[in-house]
Amino acid sequence: MRTDYDIIVVGGGPAGSMTAYHAAKKGARVLMIEKRQEIGASLRCAEGISRKGLDKAMIPVDKRWVSAEMKGAKLVSPNGSVFRIDESQAGDEVGLVLERHRFDKYLAERAAKAGTEIRLKTAATSVIKEGGVVKGITGVSFGEPFKLTAGCVVAADGFESQVGRWGGLDTVLKMSDITSCFQYRLTGIKTEPDFCEFVLGKVAPGGYAWVFPKGGDTANVGMGVLASMLKRPGDVKMYIDKWIKKDPRLSCGQPLEAVAAAVSVSPPVEKSIADGLLLVGDAARVIDPITGGGIANGCIMGKFAGEVLGDCVQAKDFSEAALKPYERLWRDELENKLYRNWMAKEKMTTLTDAQLDGVIETLAECDIHEMNVYNILAALKQKMPDLVKEFEEFI
Amino acid sequence: MKNDWMHAMVEKCMHCGACAGTCPENAIYLHEVVVEFNDLCTRCGRCVKLCPVGAISMEAKKK
Repeated sequence: MRTDYDIIVVGGGPAGSMTAYHAAKKGARVLMIEKRQEIGASLRCAEGISRKGLDKAMIPVDKRWVSAEMKGAKLVSPNGSVFRIDESQAGDEVGLVLERHRFDKYLAERAAKAGTEIRLKTAATSVIKEGGVVKGITGVSFGEPFKLTAGCVVAADGFESQVGRWGGLDTVLKMSDITSCFQYRLTGIKTEPDFCEFVLGKVAPGGYAWVFPKGGDTANVGMGVLASMLKRPGDVKMYIDKWIKKDPRLSCGQPLEAVAAAVSVSPPVEKSIADGLLLVGDAARVIDPITGGGIANGCIMGKFAGEVLGDCVQAKDFSEAALKPYERLWRDELENKLYRNWMAKEKMTTLTDAQLDGVIETLAECDIHEMNVYNILAALKQKMPDLVKEFEEFI
Repeated sequence: MKNDWMHAMVEKCMHCGACAGTCPENAIYLHEVVVEFNDLCTRCGRCVKLCPVGAISMEAKKK
């Protein structure tokens, strides 16, 4: 087996596959390794994505991996008030609920067709560095230790984000920038099949509870709680079980799957490149801190990474300077919104249930034609001037 | 080197990697479905608190 590659991608999620696909398409010798025995499993995701995000990543929608198409979203306040955002207001932001098992495999298939070699049950355990430059990885494949060299190692290892840290990039998160999550796939429930639902307030401290329809009477029903607001180990599962039990629409359901995960709700990493090393997707902390959505951003980043790496292969230069265009491309596309939403999250997590009720009730009463931060603030300003003032400071 | 004070209960652990990504010291590694804690661990307790299912425990320091 080959032991030297242009690019080694660690992690077979969407960001990894997108990077591999675009790099291989430009002629790079790419290896993508996945720790688990299957691409796309086990699930650690609520599976929501906007059409706009898929468009930006230039991934044509394929019915094989779409679980359900949404008509809009519902925000539910602590006292049960509902604010609906439908297609006409949300435009392209209205989304799809994916079948991640199939979506991830589809992206990996594309990477493979472009020439990427894939190894499963193959984990990286450290990076090889020579004179401060990343030269490859060591790891274990089906129990056998290995050593591989590469021009560039791509850290697409998701929330764990250890490859970057081994290579010297800072991916450490504060507890106030992490949500601890638990989700059930529930069947036999009585929620709306074409609206994503977000429940705010102390039902899920510092986060929210969600219902993402999966077709018919089945949905991903989950919850994220801000880590800095957790009191006891296992709180998240306790909170979600309590919430489901109290909602008769959900308590009549039965679980098909359970998922645990952590999600970063932080600003992106300060630095995503080093000599011979590059971070993509969750590993670079590009999940939207308000929605917790990260699939689209990961795909967009992977596309940029693969394209720049393709050029690096041609030039036989994987230095930090050669990787710089990647850092510029993804920051231009994603960084402003991530920062703004992170600051909004910092403020949102301080709101009381009464304040959240006020916000949702006000939004439900007024007629917003196009959903965006400015229109929302303008609508709120009349009834909650003090609150809006606090938000306006950073927008 | 594995440490002997951190434990993940296999019956509860959902091998999600939340602990590994939260550890500031790179002291946790998820071997596909097995969590290993090494001696870089400073007993900060972040992983214990964060684990979505409460599978991680930390033994008190031996005197």
